[in-house]
Amino acid sequence: MSEANAADILADRSKMQVSDTEVAIDIIGMNKWFGDFHVLRDINLRVMKGERIVVCGPSGSGKSTMIRCINRLEEHQKGKIIVDGIELTNDLKRIDEIRREVGMCFQHFNLFPHLTILENCTLAPIWVRKMPKKQAEEVAMHYLERVKIPEQAHKYPGQLSGGQQQRVAIARSLCMNPKIMLFDEPTSALDPEMIKEVLDVMVGLAEEGMTMLCVTHEMGFARKVANRVIFMDQGQIVEQNEPEAFFTNPQHERTQLFLSQILHH
Amino acid sequence: MTDNSSIAFVMKEAKEAMPAPITTTGPLAWTRENLFSSPLNTALTILSLIFLAWMVPGLVQWAFVDAVWVAGSIDECRQLSSEGACWAVITARFDQFMFGFYPEDLRWRPILAFVLLCVALLPVLWDAVPARKQLFAFSAVYPLVAFVLLWGDGWVFQSVSSSDFGGFLLTIIIGVTGISFSLPLGILLALGRNSNMPFIKIICVTFIEFIRGVPLITLLFVASTLLNYFLPPGTSFDLILRVLIMVTLFASAYMAEVIRGGLAALNKGQYEAADALGLTYWQSMYLIVLPQALKISIPGIVNTFIGLFKDTTLVSVIGLLDPLGIIQPILADSTWNGLVVELYVFVGLFFFAFCFAMSRYSMYLERKLSTGDRH
Ligand SMILES: Nc1ncnc2c1ncn2[C@@H]1O[C@H](COP(=O)(O)OP(=O)(O)O)[C@@H](O)[C@H]1O
Ligand SMILES: [Mg+2]
Repeated sequence: MSEANAADILADRSKMQVSDTEVAIDIIGMNKWFGDFHVLRDINLRVMKGERIVVCGPSGSGKSTMIRCINRLEEHQKGKIIVDGIELTNDLKRIDEIRREVGMCFQHFNLFPHLTILENCTLAPIWVRKMPKKQAEEVAMHYLERVKIPEQAHKYPGQLSGGQQQRVAIARSLCMNPKIMLFDEPTSALDPEMIKEVLDVMVGLAEEGMTMLCVTHEMGFARKVANRVIFMDQGQIVEQNEPEAFFTNPQHERTQLFLSQILHH
Repeated sequence: MTDNSSIAFVMKEAKEAMPAPITTTGPLAWTRENLFSSPLNTALTILSLIFLAWMVPGLVQWAFVDAVWVAGSIDECRQLSSEGACWAVITARFDQFMFGFYPEDLRWRPILAFVLLCVALLPVLWDAVPARKQLFAFSAVYPLVAFVLLWGDGWVFQSVSSSDFGGFLLTIIIGVTGISFSLPLGILLALGRNSNMPFIKIICVTFIEFIRGVPLITLLFVASTLLNYFLPPGTSFDLILRVLIMVTLFASAYMAEVIRGGLAALNKGQYEAADALGLTYWQSMYLIVLPQALKISIPGIVNTFIGLFKDTTLVSVIGLLDPLGIIQPILADSTWNGLVVELYVFVGLFFFAFCFAMSRYSMYLERKLSTGDRH
């Protein structure tokens, strides 16, 4: 959020290729209700392969609910969601298929506290991808090295700092070799000094061309990495634009109000 | 600019860590902290010591010093020592207490079954046992082995009728069977109660609430009498088997509620993370949810086990000869007429030993499981 952070983040945009033919996620006229409460209203969003999209907006605007619909942690009631060419329906097979291709990181990490870091990372490859244990461990160590904590592999989540836990959570998702990564406020539960280590990992992912949909208020990150910023309010997409234009020249009054609140606090 | 030298402070050198003062560690400190920390605590400590000094010597005198261990009848006992305990009744009827009326020449079979039970329990209770996998395979076939050993197959092993079973043999059969089947059944019921399939949910809720609402004795009477009306005439459905089923169902309803508590204590994020990784329902239950929920529920689970084990004494009311059922004829027998305390103390001690062991084991397990992922 702070500008000091923004300046620290180095990203190489030249490597971030966006496909203009392959669609990763297509959300068409999607609506969702919690009981009588119309939480998402006619959401339309097309994410191309390799795109990095940052979603922001006030608390309660439906950001989490929207990205949780993409891997069916929440069910939508109207409209279509097509992920990697597969339309989300009640068909459990399709849901599982989509979940295998979509990784997700949560605000509170949600590591499995009764398993070691290594076991957290190998669990899904072994049980979902049916990978041999040995190979799964090699893959896990590879990704733990990428998030720079291979030495913690045999500890338990409770013994790690928040930043380390979030990096493990990212590694755990990557072990499934996902095509798309969803992030729901990955740094908002972290102490300030740990935010950067997590953002660095996410920037690294972006540079490798991962398709990312990221709910965050880290505007420095959005500036450096995103190719689109989406602003949501009251269950609707209010505005979207390229980051530079979005921050310097917001059009809608609610966007302006929101940005003035988070940038000049 | 004002002069703020009065509040400004900069650390000049770091302070070294020092050992704790002697008075905060060691046995002396422990005594002071735990026994004499306040006037009230000191008073309670002294009162407890006085109480012990008053009780213990008399108890030791009665139970050991003046006790009679071998004698033919109560009169003989009283002649040898008029004040002490007459344990002779236990020695004289020891076999009955252990086996009921199990044929004498076949008693090696329940003994062997018990030894094998210990072997079968090893891999379950202790995760560092060598060759755990192979032992688990044995645990899986143990129920069959035990059944053949205890009841016989009428072929290699001579058959023994259920009506001959009794004593602690019966207690252990009912207790161990109830414990080992009520846990998995309770888990399924708890998961069913949390299910979002209405039909399954209703079945589980109805079952749990019905069983919890009815006293165990009633269920046992149903097992011993009422069931005959429902079964087709001519079928004989073993009484012990019926009791086993009832006790298991009864304990599983309580178990389900204990485990439901553990499930509710689990963070919703755990389910979501498991879902997001693509684990199926059963995988996420087996790998993520149950290991954590069961760990939280250990005290309640063991509590239910202990309750079940003690409830096995209720089978004496439907005519099965558990240890309390064995006591009845002894009380009426003129040879031992008048001995009450010794008999109940003996049975009580037996139950205490088992229940205390279970309780200690659960504490050990809790400690062990909490070291791994301490926060
Ligand atoms: N499971 C739920 N049941 C009912 N209402 C919910 C549920 N989850 C979220 N909401 C409501 O939906 C709205 C959007 O929530 P959310 O997507 O979490 O917002 P955001 O992530 O933008 O802060 C909020 O008003 C919230 O109270
Ligand atoms: Mg949210």
